[in-house]
Amino acid sequence: MPIAEGVVFDLTFVWGFLIALAVLIYVVLDGFDLGLGMLFAVEPERRHRDVMMNSVAPVWDGNETWLVLGGGGLFAAFPLAYALILPALYAPIIAMLLALIFRGVAFEFRWRTERWRGVWDVAFIGGSAVAALSQGIALGGLLQGITIDKAARAYAGGWWDWLTPFSVTVGLAVMVGYMLLGATWLVMKTDGELQDRMRSRAWILGVATVAFIGVVSLWTPFLQEGYFVRWFAGTRILLAGLVGVAVLALAFLMFRALHVHRHDYWPFLLALAMFGLCFVGLGICMFPYIVPTEVTLWEAAAPYRAQLFMIIGAGILIPIILAYTAYAYWVFRGKVDPEAGYH
Amino acid sequence: MLASFDAVLLARIQFAFTVSFHFLFPAFTIGLASYLAVLNGLWLWTKHHKYLDLFRYWVKIFALAFAMGVVSGIVMSYQFGTNWAVFSDRAGPVIGAPMAYEVLSAFFLEAGFLGIMLFGREKVGPKLHMAATAIVALGTVFSAFWILSVNSWMHTPAGFSIDPDTGQFLPENFWEIIFNPSFPYRLMHTVTAAYLTTAFIVGGVAAFHLLRRRRRGEVASEATRTMFSMAMWMAAIVAPIQIFLGDLHGINTLEHQPAKVMAMEGHYESHPEGAPLYLFGIPNDETQTLDYAVGIPRLSSLILLHNLNAPLAGLDTIPDDEQPPVGIVFWSFRVMVALGFAMLGIGAWSLWARWRGRLFEAPWLHRAALAMAPSGLIAVLAGWITTEVGRQPYTVYGMLRTAESAAPLDAAAVGTSLVAFIVVYFAVFGAGTFYIMRLMSRPPVFDEPRLKDVTKGPTRTAGITPAIEETMRRPDAAHPGE
Repeated sequence: MPIAEGVVFDLTFVWGFLIALAVLIYVVLDGFDLGLGMLFAVEPERRHRDVMMNSVAPVWDGNETWLVLGGGGLFAAFPLAYALILPALYAPIIAMLLALIFRGVAFEFRWRTERWRGVWDVAFIGGSAVAALSQGIALGGLLQGITIDKAARAYAGGWWDWLTPFSVTVGLAVMVGYMLLGATWLVMKTDGELQDRMRSRAWILGVATVAFIGVVSLWTPFLQEGYFVRWFAGTRILLAGLVGVAVLALAFLMFRALHVHRHDYWPFLLALAMFGLCFVGLGICMFPYIVPTEVTLWEAAAPYRAQLFMIIGAGILIPIILAYTAYAYWVFRGKVDPEAGYH
Repeated sequence: MLASFDAVLLARIQFAFTVSFHFLFPAFTIGLASYLAVLNGLWLWTKHHKYLDLFRYWVKIFALAFAMGVVSGIVMSYQFGTNWAVFSDRAGPVIGAPMAYEVLSAFFLEAGFLGIMLFGREKVGPKLHMAATAIVALGTVFSAFWILSVNSWMHTPAGFSIDPDTGQFLPENFWEIIFNPSFPYRLMHTVTAAYLTTAFIVGGVAAFHLLRRRRRGEVASEATRTMFSMAMWMAAIVAPIQIFLGDLHGINTLEHQPAKVMAMEGHYESHPEGAPLYLFGIPNDETQTLDYAVGIPRLSSLILLHNLNAPLAGLDTIPDDEQPPVGIVFWSFRVMVALGFAMLGIGAWSLWARWRGRLFEAPWLHRAALAMAPSGLIAVLAGWITTEVGRQPYTVYGMLRTAESAAPLDAAAVGTSLVAFIVVYFAVFGAGTFYIMRLMSRPPVFDEPRLKDVTKGPTRTAGITPAIEETMRRPDAAHPGE
C-alpha cells in the first residue's frame, strides 16, 4: 500500500523502521549508561561512584545488545548500506568499539582491585566519553554524506572524510545529550546528596542539550540540497516545525519536573521523549535514504526471501525481548540501596 | 597492487586476532554457564551447601569472563563491515539472517537474564533465579548454534544462487543454508570442545587447591573435592566422545573440502594404494614435499575411509592457487589432536584413580590435571586455525576468494587499528585474566561470599569482607534469602 509519493509499505520499509527502532532503543538505553559513565568524572566520591555504577550494573549488557542488533540488523537487511557505511566511518567505529571495551570491563574489573580502581574508573569515564563522541561523529559523518562508487558498490572517499566541524559538533551534542540522560536517570535511581547534585547538573545539561539540538537542526538542512528541500519545502516543513516545537515543549516540561515539582522519574522520561523526537526528526531528514543522499533503503535492501525469513523471527522475538527486558528493569526497580550487600 | 595486498593481509591478521581472542571467552563461558546451572540445580535439589559455595565461587569468575566475551564480541559484529565490506555486501543476504537470529534469540536472552542470575537471587526467589541461570546457559548454546551455522555455510555453502548483476549470494532455501553439510558436525564438535575446555579449567583449579592443601598437610574442603570429581567425570566421559565427533567431522571435511584434509594430513602426493598417517614432518610448499616425514603406512586411509587400501588424492591434484598454506594447517591439527588424546589420557587416569579410591590422594594426577588446565583453550584455537586456514584461499569456499572479499582498505588505517586492537586487548584482557587467576588462586570456602558482597561492599582483594568472616565462624547462621 502506498504511503506517499510512490513509497510502498513493504518489508523493506518495515526493516528500515525496525533498524531505526533498534538504534533508538540503543541510544536511549545505552545513552543513560554512557552518560552516567561521563558523570563519573565530576563525582569523585567513591560511595557515590559505587551507587552510580550499581544502578546500571544489572542492565548495561542488555543495553549494548541493541547496538549489536543495530549492526547485525543492518548487515542482514541492508548489506550494501553496511558495506558502504562502515568503511566510510572506519576510525570513529573502531574508536567506539575500543572505548566500549574499556568501559564494559570496568564494570567488573573495578571491584576486583584496590590498587588499580582509579585506573578502571578512568577507563570507565574515558571509554564512555569516547564511545559517545564517536557515535555522534559517526552520525554526523553519515548525515553529511559519504562518497561512494555506486557501480563498484564500494566506499570511494578518503579515510578522514568523516572529520568535519559538523561531525564534531554532532559528537559533542551526543555527549551532552547522553549526560543529560545519565543525570536524569540518577535523579530517578538515587536520593539524598547525590540526587540533589544530579538535579542541578541535569538543569545545565538540559540547557546545553537544547542548544545543541538547535544548532544541529539548523545546520543539517544546509549540508545537502536534498535536506534543504525536505525540511523547507512541501508538507514536511510543517512536520519539521512540529518536531521543533514539541522538543521545546518537552524541554520546558522537563525543567518544571526537575525543579518546580522536584519529581523523581518524570525528568528521565521526558528526556527520553526528547531523544525520541530528535530521532523522528532525523528520520524525516534521511528518509527514504539509508546512505544520504546516494542509496535508498530499497536499493540497499536484502532480497525479499531474506527479509521475510527474518521478519518471522523478529516479529516473534522482539516483543518477547521487550517483555523480558522490561521485567529485568522491573526486578531492579526503585532506588539503589547503597547498603545493599552488607547484610 | 602491493599496497592492496598488504591491506588485505593486515585485515586478515586483524580478524584472526580479534576473533581468536574473542573465542577464548565463549569457549570457557559456554561450558561454565551450563556448569553453573547444574551446580545451582544441585543446590536447590540436595540443599547441600557445597553446591551453593561452588556456584558462588564460579559465578564471580563467570561474570568477568562473560563481560570480556561481550565486549570482544561487539567488535566482531562490526569487523565484517569495516574490513570485509565486499564480503558483507555479497554474503549479507544469506548469512545476515542467521546472524540476526543469533542476536535476537541468544544475545538478548543472555543479556536479559544475566543481571538476574548475577544479582537477583534474593529479589526473584530461588525458582526464577534457577530459571534465569538455565536461560543464560541455553542462550550461550543458541548463540553457538547460529554463529556456527554461519561459519559452516562459509565452509560448505548451500541453498543459494548468485545474482548475475551484483554478484550477491541470494538465499534460495534457508533450511539448506542453516543446516548446510558441515554444520551438524562443526556444531557438535565445537560445543563439546567448549564443555571440555571448561571441565579442564575447573579440574585444573581444583587440582591446584588439592595439591596446595596436601603440601600444607591439610585435607581439602569438600567443595574442592566435588569440583575435582565433577571435572574428572566430564573428562572421562566427554573426551572420548569428542575424539569420535572429531573423526566424523574430519570425514565430512574430506567429502566437502578435500584440500583441507590433504593439508591436515600433509599429503602433497596422491596415494593410490592407501595413504600413510604422518606423525611428523616439515611441510614445504615450495617443493610440495613433506620433509623428514615420519608416518604409519596406510593408517590415514583407515581413519578417513575405514579401509587400509583405499586411495587418497593429494595436493598434486589441486591447482597451486587453490591450496591452503600446508605448514600452519598440518601443525595446528597435530596440536589439537595431541591435546585431545592427552585429555583422554587424563580421563582414563582419573577413572583408574577413582576405582582405586585415590582420586583425591593422587598428586601426580593432580599435577597432570593442573598442567592440562589451559589445554582446552589451546586445542580450541588450534582447531579453529586448522579449519579456517584450511579454507584458504576462500572466504566462501569455492565461491569467493579472500583477496576479493576485503573492503577498499587503506593499509595505514588497517595497520593502525590492528596495533590499537593488539595493545588494548593485551592490556585489558591481560588484566582480566589476572583477576580471574587471582580469584582461582583462592579455594572455595564455606559460605562463599556472593558476587554482590564483593561488588557492593568495600572490596577486599581476597574478596572476603569482615562480615563474611564473621558468618564463617557461625556456620549455622544461614542466609534467610537463600
